[in-house]
Amino acid sequence: MAHEFPRVVGTAFTPEWFETKRVNLSAAERRAEQITTRRSVKKDYQAAWLLKAITCIDLTTLAGDDTEGRVKRLCAKARNPVRPDLLEALGIDGIQTGAVCVYPTMVPHAVKALEGSGIPVASVATGFPAGLTPLPLRLAEITYAVEHGAKEIDIVITREHVLTGNWKALYDEIAQMREACGDAHLKAILATGDLQTLSNVYKASMVAMQAGSDFIKTSTGKESVNATLPVSLTMIRALRDFKDLTGQMVGFKPAGGLSQAKHALAWQILMKEELGNRWLENDLFRIGASSLLGDIERQLEHHVTGRYSASNRHALA
Amino acid sequence: MPSLKDIMETMDYGPAPESNSDVVAWLKGHAGGIGHFIDGAFVGAEGASTEVVNPATDEVIAKIALAGQAEVDAAVKAARKAFAKWSALSGHERAKYLYAIARQVQKRERFLAVLETMDNGKTIRETRDIDVPLVARHFYHHAGWAELVETEFDGFAPVGVCGQVIPWNFPLLMLAWKIAPALAAGNTVVLKPADLTPLTAQAFAEICVEVGLPNGVVNIVQGGADTGALLTGHPDVDKVAFTGSTEVGRSIRKQIAGSGKKLSLELGGKSPFIVFEDADIDAAVEGVVDAIWFNQGEVCCAGSRILVQEGIAQSFFAKLDARLAKLRIGDPLDKTMDMGAVVSHKQLGRINGLIAEGIAQGATLHRAETQVPSRGSFCAPGFFTGTEAAHTVSQVEIFGPIATTATFRTPSEAITLANDTRYGLAASIWSQTIDRAIEVAAKVKAGVVWINATNLFDAGAAFGGYRESGFGREGAREGLFEYLKPVHKAGKERVAAATDMSVAPFTGKSDTPDIDVTSKLYIGGKQTRADAGQSYTVIGKNGATGQAALGSRKDIRNAVEAAAKATGWSNVTGHNRAQVLYFFAENLAQRRDEFIEALKAAGSKEAKAEVDTAIRRAFWYAAQADKFDGAVHSTKSRHITMAIHEPWGVLGIVCPDEAPLLALVSLMLPAIAMGNRAVVIASQSQPLVATKLYQVLETSDVPAGVVNIITGESLGLAKTLAEHDEVAALWYCGTAEGAKTVEVASCGNLKAVWSDQGRLRDWFDPKAGQGSEYLRRATQVKTIWLPYGE
Repeated sequence: MAHEFPRVVGTAFTPEWFETKRVNLSAAERRAEQITTRRSVKKDYQAAWLLKAITCIDLTTLAGDDTEGRVKRLCAKARNPVRPDLLEALGIDGIQTGAVCVYPTMVPHAVKALEGSGIPVASVATGFPAGLTPLPLRLAEITYAVEHGAKEIDIVITREHVLTGNWKALYDEIAQMREACGDAHLKAILATGDLQTLSNVYKASMVAMQAGSDFIKTSTGKESVNATLPVSLTMIRALRDFKDLTGQMVGFKPAGGLSQAKHALAWQILMKEELGNRWLENDLFRIGASSLLGDIERQLEHHVTGRYSASNRHALA
Repeated sequence: MPSLKDIMETMDYGPAPESNSDVVAWLKGHAGGIGHFIDGAFVGAEGASTEVVNPATDEVIAKIALAGQAEVDAAVKAARKAFAKWSALSGHERAKYLYAIARQVQKRERFLAVLETMDNGKTIRETRDIDVPLVARHFYHHAGWAELVETEFDGFAPVGVCGQVIPWNFPLLMLAWKIAPALAAGNTVVLKPADLTPLTAQAFAEICVEVGLPNGVVNIVQGGADTGALLTGHPDVDKVAFTGSTEVGRSIRKQIAGSGKKLSLELGGKSPFIVFEDADIDAAVEGVVDAIWFNQGEVCCAGSRILVQEGIAQSFFAKLDARLAKLRIGDPLDKTMDMGAVVSHKQLGRINGLIAEGIAQGATLHRAETQVPSRGSFCAPGFFTGTEAAHTVSQVEIFGPIATTATFRTPSEAITLANDTRYGLAASIWSQTIDRAIEVAAKVKAGVVWINATNLFDAGAAFGGYRESGFGREGAREGLFEYLKPVHKAGKERVAAATDMSVAPFTGKSDTPDIDVTSKLYIGGKQTRADAGQSYTVIGKNGATGQAALGSRKDIRNAVEAAAKATGWSNVTGHNRAQVLYFFAENLAQRRDEFIEALKAAGSKEAKAEVDTAIRRAFWYAAQADKFDGAVHSTKSRHITMAIHEPWGVLGIVCPDEAPLLALVSLMLPAIAMGNRAVVIASQSQPLVATKLYQVLETSDVPAGVVNIITGESLGLAKTLAEHDEVAALWYCGTAEGAKTVEVASCGNLKAVWSDQGRLRDWFDPKAGQGSEYLRRATQVKTIWLPYGE
């Protein structure tokens, strides 16, 4: 399913691409509101879209009480996200989530549990979720995760740089993180709930892309406001502008608060409408979620049986 | 049917049809034909004589009767009969009915949405998310006004029987906009839906039965233009409300001229959509989708003239092209469609004709490369580049999903281009700079202005146009006035002045002062001789009191020109205007005795009272100059919705023959207090009081051109004034025949005419001779929507 395209290399720091940008909140909200009222997917189409969404999930556990056992269970679910009998009824051979996302010390457990599956391990890093540990330590954390087999690194940005308009510092920081990642892909978490304004979201997105982020991601899941449609709209418009300006294709990952199948559909429609079908593939679109999968499974079972399903009929993630 | 695996590759939307089985069953139940709803009964179906077509499928889905004279008579009679009881109900009782209708609309929301989609061709998204919720909102809001009308509109009464004619682009919503305020204010109605889209009106009639609305309060007659004309012209209709084309609005204005019917017109538009370089461009692109690619472009207030600042024009058009490519056009019952079918093949033909004309005149058409269904009247959306102001498509309303575009260099050029139209319905302004956005909002000639938004509607915000987009407002407190009239005793019939307009030397009895007095015209702050070089003799109580200039067409032309130039007056503060008015009162008071003598000589029996009332009135309007100042309406969250009172601009005033000082002052003062520049035609038989007054104006710092006074043959001058396209509104106090003449003459630019229908006014009575009604008539409401938040 995934297609090849050149990896993002970023650009020199180019403030004129974002400095004067102003995003109108009310207009963004109106557009976001219409995303799910102008489009709808039903029946087989809905089932197919939800299956597609599963392939884009970064199945995530980011809790203080994570253990090897917890991570193993999650990885098993990532390999078998949907009950085989349901898959058979739907005519689908096999399906996996896009990645598994864990804390750095859980990376070795995840790598082991996913061996041979081809499912990449994503690790948060850089003092997640606040990102306020010293830069050398944050960079070292990336190196640690990469050395232990993480293929994707979800970094957090220093919100202070955004809130004080210190864009060059933000650029430099992310550029160093990108370097530390090596071949591992970098997802820049903007923690948009902390950035408050959509103009800040746009600017931070643009700086993160200039600094070479492979993905831009909304939230850590720990801010008081997580992924919203208006914020996502703003980020993917920045992403579209970046592509128009450079030809480089950056991925998008909403995270936090996407817990229902209808959320997945809403974000898929948003991607399709604002960016096009290419951005529905998991090399350019991920959904950071933990409970979303369970709801999708229930919807899929309903599609197969015509009966509403219960969560205990599906394996725990 | 593709497999799930295939779909995972293509990621197509697939069909998402809204079920219409309930509506199909309802239509089947009406297969015998749909008639009229008169006096609580469904009648006349057997006379079915026109077919109703689903424009998305070309299928005939119903037949409707066409009401003739007998049916319209019966409906008006039923409304008249019901009026006595309905208007006598307490506001609370009427509120209960309106509340029940609102509730019932909500309970039937999906049914009504599907029916509207099948009848009109618009998408289910729009009927479900926009039309029907706004209908319910309108009835709720006006249930509130019904409850409050007695206390909030003290001194006003319902007008009577309302004849309402609505268009096919928002059938049920326009019905709600017409019926809700009429009923709330205590009127009864006869409504005629468009013959292309009559079905939701029938469903609404059934809801009226369902809620037990008293018989005759709402009557619906089906039919086409002929039926509409029978209704608007019916002698027992007191108020006509029309939404539709400017052309038909004009013919209605003419048809009912002199009838004394109250009239509101909501007509066409060619509204500017202005994008500045500092706009959120993606937001503005989406704005175009909600503007001209909304409801197939069949929207009177659609932003159909896109004006883009030159520096961003090419990238903006490129983004529009990209957005256009994403639009989905097809089965309007499919929940994934952005656009459905235009209302009819005839309308489609008209749109296509204009598109062809645009291309022929050299414009480039950008169009969605979408496959529209082969059946039904579908129109792929698009926009033109290379359209110049002089091109036909830039001037006429296409009423389809095609916008024109033009570029501008500066904000002032944007305003000039925006106002370069006969219309003035709406404007949409896109800029992140608040100073700029509000300045443009203030200067654009439009009844509704959206800043960083477009096509926002709410029952709590007034909607209606400037210029040839009509007059009157719908929604909010402002809209209620269209269905109310001030209560004061109607005067006797005014008779025409019996003035001998002879320009030959007068040899009869004379009552002139020692030294001859020269009475000229007062134009542009100068005393000017009549262009024709003629004067007529003014006869007072004891013979000739002097000569007055005999004004002519050219003097009216010059006066209007002077008034049009005096724009500064409309922009100064209310405080500035108040000062001038106080000063006017002061100077009039100083010359009190002189005016008393002049009035006595003119035959006034209450000369003292007349002067003193005039002075007092000047104080009253000076007081109001900085206080009659609009409102902020409660509409949507995080939106400031301002209703601003703006002056018309050039206001024509035709004074009655009676009370030559007080009537003139009573009309002139509110006009100029609100910032208008007045062209005043003085009392024909006693103009010398008026010409004395210009000396007071001169000494009172009234700027040149703000008040212009013309004397002469009143009706002839009035007709010229009424015909003048630069004059935005006209107040006429003359004979009934004169009222008819000026109302017919006003059709050219559809200026708002306020006349007392040939009835004498008691100028001395503060209720009839002064008040907020004068101020309301001296202003037009501009509603500015300003969403906020970052």
